Amino acid sequence: MPQDEHKEGIGGMINPRRYGIERVAYLLMRLSGLGLLAYFIGHIYETSNILRGQVGWNDFMEMISTPEGHIIMSIVIAMCVFHTVNGVRVMLGHGGVGVGKPARPDYPYDPASQNYRHKIGIYSAILLAAVAMMYGLAVMFGE
Amino acid sequence: MAQVSSVSNEQSPTAKSITLKISRYNPEHDESSGFMEFNVKYEKWTTVLEAILDVKKHFDHSVAVRYSCRQATCGSCGMIINGKPRLACFTKISELDSNTVTVEPMNNFPVIRDLAVKFEKLFDTHQKIKPYLIRDDTELVSDEKEFLQTPEEVEQYIQFANCIKCGLCNSACPTMATDSSFVGPQALAQAYRYVADSRDKGKDSRLKIIDDSHGIWRCHFAGSCSQVCPKGVDPAMGIQLLRGYMLGFSS
Ligand code: SF4
Ligand code: FES
Repeated sequence: MPQDEHKEGIGGMINPRRYGIERVAYLLMRLSGLGLLAYFIGHIYETSNILRGQVGWNDFMEMISTPEGHIIMSIVIAMCVFHTVNGVRVMLGHGGVGVGKPARPDYPYDPASQNYRHKIGIYSAILLAAVAMMYGLAVMFGE
Repeated sequence: MAQVSSVSNEQSPTAKSITLKISRYNPEHDESSGFMEFNVKYEKWTTVLEAILDVKKHFDHSVAVRYSCRQATCGSCGMIINGKPRLACFTKISELDSNTVTVEPMNNFPVIRDLAVKFEKLFDTHQKIKPYLIRDDTELVSDEKEFLQTPEEVEQYIQFANCIKCGLCNSACPTMATDSSFVGPQALAQAYRYVADSRDKGKDSRLKIIDDSHGIWRCHFAGSCSQVCPKGVDPAMGIQLLRGYMLGFSS
């Protein structure tokens, strides 16, 4: 019988409930990355409409000027801001910046790498994404 | 056997009880895993391992569990307790704050039976990063020769030398959840432990091993490994410091 590796799988990978805000940030980073990739592909398709001339372009602009189009755009803004701000945090972390210094650990062994600096970074990314999204909504629906 | 149980209850007016749900699975003849429930008495100090051993003693001796030291030193008794990887001998039932305690085998490790999992891959990846000092000379050759270190140099790696190879970090890691070839936080943290040791001269050969698409670059700094580590190793810190070194952020 082949040995089942008993992997947790994608369900376990994306479960954000067990390991604090860091794991929530990990999930949001992946989702926003995939969302931005989808947007990027859509964006190339969208701008290629100019090849159909002024009429084709205007038709397309009309299509994304609907309330649904505005909501999608505001989600893109939020994803963009979160991915950028959290991306800077993660890149600094990957470079060993702000992850604490090695030291003899004492019980109850709070991990120094999961420190307030990174938590502030994550909450800031979420907050800024929400503010940017609301601003985008205000601009688009306030027209 | 029932008498033993009731005697201990009479002597312990403070004992409370919980439902202990134990995952049962024998890959040799079971299609899938299932749970068996037991009503277990516990005191403020009773550990999950003691509760499992109580079940083995009084209800079902066939429950498979691995343990040895019972004091968070041997790294044998890792399992998923109420959804998170923990050491059964280091987790008190009273601190779980739940009337039901569910124990399952650790994720990302093949199951031998019930709560016991195979550690071959963990030990393989641990060995792969060469977990020993590499240098041409040896302190064994001459009595006068010692590899002296300052307290500051010891501080650089001593935290990572606390690893008991329990595998909880590998079980919590989101990359391990999907990537069978990932070297894992345990081995990566040990790579840092030796690279940071001033006596070691094997940095280059070790870095070559982890500089791989399924090596250090697969860590996304989710930090779950550090949150479950029972010895304060903080693998996420070691991995990021090592990556910072490889990227040229630090010397
Ligand atoms: S790093 Fe911590 S959790 Fe991982 S194997 Fe070592 S002691 Fe266990
Ligand atoms: S029995 Fe040794 S670590 Fe739990």
